Amino acid sequence: MAGPGTSQEILAEIASRPGRDTVLSFVVKAAFIATSLLFLAALLFAPLITVFATALSKGAELYFNSFRDSDTLAAIRLTLTVAAIVVPANVIFGIAAAWAIAKFEFRGKSFLITLIDLPIAVSPVISGLIYVLLFGMQGWFGLWLQEHDISIIFAVPGIVLATMFVTFPYVARELIPLMQQLGNDEEEAAITLGAGGLMTFFHVTLPKIRWGLLYGVILSNARAMGEFGAVSVVSGHVRGVTTTMPLHIEILYQEYNFVGAFAVASLLTLLAVVTLVIKTLVEWRTGYKRK
Amino acid sequence: MNGTIRTPSVLPGFGLTLGFSTFFLSAIVLIPLAALVTKTATMGWDDLVRTLLDPRAVASYRLSFGASLLAATLNGVFGFIIAWTLTRYEFPGRKLIDALIDMPFALPTAVSGIALTAVFAENGWIGQYLAVYGIKVAYTWIGVVVALTLIGLPFVVRSVQPALMEVQRDLEDAAETLGANRITIFRRIILPTVAPAMATGFTMAFARAVGEYGSVIFIAGNLPMKTEITPLLIVIKLEQFDYAGAAALGFAMLVLSFVLLFSINLLQAWGRRHHVAAGR
Repeated sequence: MAGPGTSQEILAEIASRPGRDTVLSFVVKAAFIATSLLFLAALLFAPLITVFATALSKGAELYFNSFRDSDTLAAIRLTLTVAAIVVPANVIFGIAAAWAIAKFEFRGKSFLITLIDLPIAVSPVISGLIYVLLFGMQGWFGLWLQEHDISIIFAVPGIVLATMFVTFPYVARELIPLMQQLGNDEEEAAITLGAGGLMTFFHVTLPKIRWGLLYGVILSNARAMGEFGAVSVVSGHVRGVTTTMPLHIEILYQEYNFVGAFAVASLLTLLAVVTLVIKTLVEWRTGYKRK
Repeated sequence: MNGTIRTPSVLPGFGLTLGFSTFFLSAIVLIPLAALVTKTATMGWDDLVRTLLDPRAVASYRLSFGASLLAATLNGVFGFIIAWTLTRYEFPGRKLIDALIDMPFALPTAVSGIALTAVFAENGWIGQYLAVYGIKVAYTWIGVVVALTLIGLPFVVRSVQPALMEVQRDLEDAAETLGANRITIFRRIILPTVAPAMATGFTMAFARAVGEYGSVIFIAGNLPMKTEITPLLIVIKLEQFDYAGAAALGFAMLVLSFVLLFSINLLQAWGRRHHVAAGR
């Protein structure tokens, strides 16, 4: 491994190349693997295990009892409701945006793509703040909403809106590059042969993009169910009414109810695990890898 | 919507899909963001400067920027090592670990916040050993760095991994045959190929860290002037119904996000140019 040597030494080294199994490369390899694993163990694996260890620290019975609490159940229900509204909305938007952007050439296209990606760059707190400025008491529509007795901020609609903002790009940014790459030939053939637009979409386009769509759906669902910052700003934290699962974790944690907090956290951790499993399966199945 | 605006096509639905997505985009993203800008604009110039240069705000910038910069640097170093390990070495569990790298993306921030606090508290699994050396992580600025490092990690690993796979192994072999040692190979062949990806990952991790809220507030302790991040200060101002103050800080952060987004786009363009220059 020292610099240039005699030609025989070089030849000998080249001959030993395929395995590269010198002592030095073995030591380097071991050091890299050990550093990686130690870093991940401290920062990622230990916290993940802690979630379940703490949730189960007072026994399985207490763990399962924490899901009998009516406020916890209300939080789970609210989280599922929000995701059930937000994810389909993102799917419809994502498909519409991807169809317009991938199938047609028009001016301002790259600007539109940048705007769609915008929420990813914005702090979650700002994602909540903007809706307070719109619909809050001192906001643009605050007075009008109050006169008509409609509450958006510190109520469920605000939570839905803030979650929608945060998860907005996920389906679209998976579908746009995928549909651009697939091209228009088959759709054009279908239309030329007399198929309608919807028929073409459901029979020609959808089968081709279904894995990418699934990918976008699970990512936006994970983010929708787990969002904390944006929802925290607009929620008002009314226990059992406007608390989603992540907000309920905060309440339980601040009450020193660690078993309860980590029990709810364990559900969200399982959701994250399921998300990663589906994501990995989609990647293996399609050889499709997110950039 | 014909003629010069778009190139003609036989496919239907252009007006409908573009109209719908533009409408949805405006309603959910653009109009609300405009509310932030106009709210900030209603403040007088003096009020704006006073809010932004308030000592408590300045202390929060120092923490948010410093901790994010440190976290992104740690991510740069360890993210590179992890990406290298995952692309260059075969070992049991490699695929599992590769899949788990995305965990911080999928894990809700509130969960990582309370879990990290439990691990790094003085009686926690790791915190108890650090406490022996007098190092306090939870409820100090170090805890903020730890939380931001966790959430930023996937950005660096996921941008460096494909770049590392692209480094031509035959070039490395040729260099080695010609007598270059490993450090030279790293400096002259690997680093130039990976540098744009490293810079992109670093900037993405930094951008994400500056805005992060959920995982930080549990571990930070949130003492004014000491362990209070800027996003938390915005929330506090909102809770005191100081909408204008919250909007001013939010606007400043938004401008910063745009600058970072713009830099990320430039860095990615640099990566693509490099890609072309390398002949592939």
